Amino acid sequence: MNDPLIIAGVEYKSRLLVGTGKYKDMEESKLATEASEAEIVTIAIRRSNIGQNPDEPNLLDILPLDKYTLLPNTAGCYNIDDAVRTCRLARELLDGHDLVKLEVLGDEKTLFPDVSATLEAAEILVKDGFKIMVYTNDDPIMAKRLEEVGCVAVMPLAAPIGSGLGIRNPYNILEIVDNANVPVLVDAGVGTASDAAVAMELGVDGILMNTAIAAAQDPVMMATAMKNATIAGRQAFKAGRMPRKRYASASSPIDGTFF
Amino acid sequence: MNIILNGEPHTLTEQCTIGSLIEQLELTGKRVAVEVNLDIIPRSEHNKHQLQENDKVEVVHAIGGGAV
Repeated sequence: MNDPLIIAGVEYKSRLLVGTGKYKDMEESKLATEASEAEIVTIAIRRSNIGQNPDEPNLLDILPLDKYTLLPNTAGCYNIDDAVRTCRLARELLDGHDLVKLEVLGDEKTLFPDVSATLEAAEILVKDGFKIMVYTNDDPIMAKRLEEVGCVAVMPLAAPIGSGLGIRNPYNILEIVDNANVPVLVDAGVGTASDAAVAMELGVDGILMNTAIAAAQDPVMMATAMKNATIAGRQAFKAGRMPRKRYASASSPIDGTFF
Repeated sequence: MNIILNGEPHTLTEQCTIGSLIEQLELTGKRVAVEVNLDIIPRSEHNKHQLQENDKVEVVHAIGGGAV
């Protein structure tokens, strides 16, 4: 089935996007990322360690730019200036690469987004030529506003970042999907494979996750499970599920019974 | 000459370019981005850009991260 995910005019086979944080080591990051078969992979931008382990393995060595689309993200930014600055540094770091994930957080306890700051940062970055995949809450109105200012994908949370609580508000996610003219990806909150399938069955275009894989007992196996669940959920959505009925409906014919 | 490098005081020889700072930090050939006083200095300018007393310099790189 040729059913690509198209973001900012670029086709991707995989509808699963993964983060690279919280892994035990670089090797586990590499193996889990490979097992997920994700093509878009998020990274963070941080200060280089001055004078410490100059030969430590670099993340970009295990994520070759010819194989992966790196998605720098503004994780950890609590205001517009920090988020804009992070995106600009990422663009310099990656030789003009302009696809970024914007998140402006509002609160350390919940990590819910500050949506007014997110909207303002998105406007600044779109004017500056960035292609923005934006993290937001599951508010259909805000999702629409973010699309209107020019974001190339809208990424509502399913549950708080790192919570693993699954799809808490499927009707809002459905509403966002129904209204959107850009790809909608669930970003944050997925805990296990069934959550990924549920999200995809709602009709979202893709899922971005990190902790659900990295914090599993066996991250590499969970990466495979998430890959399969994302595909299964997408196929079920495309296939169209049977209607729900209150009472039973026999699947063997009644005609021809001999008793 | 004193600068603030990644938030910490750092002493440099006089007449230091960003390129030579990167070399002193043993980061030559590594993929880094540099900001001086909140302005990004493109990689192509690193060997020309002279650092000044009290410059606030940030040297950043990519690390693993998803959200947060």
